[in-house]
Amino acid sequence: MLIQLARSLVTALAATALVVAPALAQDITGAGATFPAPIYSSWGEDYAKAGGSRLNYQALGSGAGVTQIINRTVDFGASDSPVAPERLEKEQLLQFPAVIGAVVVIVNVPGVDGTKIKLTGNVLGEIYVGRIRLWDDPKITALNPALKLPKIPISPAYRADSSGTTSIFTKYLSSVSPLFKERTGAGNSVAWRTGLGAPGNAGVAAAVKNIKGGIGYVEFAYAAENGMQALQLANGSGKFVTPTVPGFLQAAEQADWDNAKNMAATMLNMPGDNSWPIVSATYILVPRNPKDPARTQSVLKYVDWSFRNGAATADRLHYIMLPTAVQNRVRAQWATLAPAGKPLWPAN
Amino acid sequence: MSTPATPAIGARKIHPADTTFRLSLHAAGAVVVIVLLSILAIMFMGGKLAFDTFGLGFIWGTEWNPVTQIYGALPAITGTLVTAILALCIAWPIGFGIAFFLTETCPEKLRTPLGVAIELLAAVPSIVYGMWGFFVLAPFMSEYVQPWLTSTFLWIPPIGDSFFWFTAPPIGVGMLTAALILAVMILPFIAATTRDVLLSTPQLLKDGAYAMGATRWEALTGVVIPAVRGSLFGAVFLGLGRALGETMAVVFVIGNAIRMPDSLMAPSATIASVVANNFPEAEPGTLDLAVLLALGFILFVVSFGVLAVARLLLRQERMS
Repeated sequence: MLIQLARSLVTALAATALVVAPALAQDITGAGATFPAPIYSSWGEDYAKAGGSRLNYQALGSGAGVTQIINRTVDFGASDSPVAPERLEKEQLLQFPAVIGAVVVIVNVPGVDGTKIKLTGNVLGEIYVGRIRLWDDPKITALNPALKLPKIPISPAYRADSSGTTSIFTKYLSSVSPLFKERTGAGNSVAWRTGLGAPGNAGVAAAVKNIKGGIGYVEFAYAAENGMQALQLANGSGKFVTPTVPGFLQAAEQADWDNAKNMAATMLNMPGDNSWPIVSATYILVPRNPKDPARTQSVLKYVDWSFRNGAATADRLHYIMLPTAVQNRVRAQWATLAPAGKPLWPAN
Repeated sequence: MSTPATPAIGARKIHPADTTFRLSLHAAGAVVVIVLLSILAIMFMGGKLAFDTFGLGFIWGTEWNPVTQIYGALPAITGTLVTAILALCIAWPIGFGIAFFLTETCPEKLRTPLGVAIELLAAVPSIVYGMWGFFVLAPFMSEYVQPWLTSTFLWIPPIGDSFFWFTAPPIGVGMLTAALILAVMILPFIAATTRDVLLSTPQLLKDGAYAMGATRWEALTGVVIPAVRGSLFGAVFLGLGRALGETMAVVFVIGNAIRMPDSLMAPSATIASVVANNFPEAEPGTLDLAVLLALGFILFVVSFGVLAVARLLLRQERMS
């Protein structure tokens, strides 16, 4: 109990401070995942300029976001991983995807152009459990007959901090490499069998840059903003693809939205000519039984406005908008929100 | 005690202010104890779930797996102790050298600037050490130091078939790099404390040694060190205590691998770094949070033990 208190003190400090501030009474408050924080905040600024409510988003981490929306201390929570259906049910939450992110793999192999290197998910998984230890391993050279790969050790880098990026990456590896699934598994932080951990995207990127033979995974937005080059991976059709925005969109369109529970459709290892295999949505959570329905409605208005007007900002910040068809599915989900019999969507 | 009978204190009238003052001093002293004990108690209560789940095996379990929810603290404990002790082995001789230089052979003009420089070293924020270690020291280690160490010490036989001393891929970060950063960080503490201890050596003893024709080295080893031996150990243990708990700098350079190390240069993790990395996403009521608090409890106990030893050594010195 005391621990819980101390914890929520630490995590909620910023959020509460904002709720208390007088002029911000009708502001939208949100908390959670760090990955979408820049785009949520930028959309929030644009939305306020266009006459909408102001947004205060606290990037406290996905775990904290889920906890805070369960405690109803914010208007919406944000999580990189979908929340389990039973938990959504129990806590009376509606979950929907808001924006798409992708994870790319960066390398530092002396004398070799990283963008030319091709790997399959299975080989990548074996690298990350330490089964494949050298860059000139036959399994790697077989995929890259045209490249002269040196005989140097592979140093896999991973996120030291608990992270949604790690969750997406390990989910992907677990789905394509049985060995990785058995030895490591998926989660925000996992038991890595080899390699080194560095703090944040910046840490992983610097570790790969520093270490000859390094390999690491970072968010696409981070790689794009820093002009980093990523290698090619095989997708669900067995095609080697370079990470590109059309490739992420294609993966999102391929996802099985019809059968996705709580809109948590997997976009990993999708087939297609360009589909990048490590793509995932990040989610927003709103209460189905809000104390103040108007506040939840203003969250929906903000997201709707961003869906319609936020593409340029998303492009500038290297995030990927949901495909229009998926946006409409999200709006259809909102229409099921009807506290006290009054539907919150469409808002008038 | 041959002093004449003291006047009976009880006979004097005690001013109410005296009582108030005395009580408030007691209260001030009690605050420290209460805070310490409640931190310890809260850590233990929060970590109880971990001790209940894994028993004492939590302390020597070698597997740390958030996916299967199996947690053992030994990798983090090992990383903590190895980096701290290694840091001490590096910082102690240098710190002692600085202290002796400052008190004995340093020209008067240099004494103050050097002293200030050492104190400045203590004032650098630990995050700065971490970033410097990560962006400057780690590439240097990986490029020059580690390959040299590997090829030079290849002859040292491994411990069993799992620990190879200096044979490891040169990735720059790891226990050795962390120990170097920690050594720089604790150096000012060791140097300053040692200097104070050396300064406290009675001048009479030193003069006596020099009068006998002793060289500086002979005076140091034969007279000064024996006279203050215990305090010197105390100074070292204070440095060790700091090295055990350092967090931010270590997170950057240790490589954050929660598994048993296979060499001195292998990436590892310390208790403090594991807690710092995983605390933000650990949810209340889960085993994930409980193991972190249990780790904190273990670190608390280890640090407390180290400081207790330091106190004991310092006190022995004063009494003898």
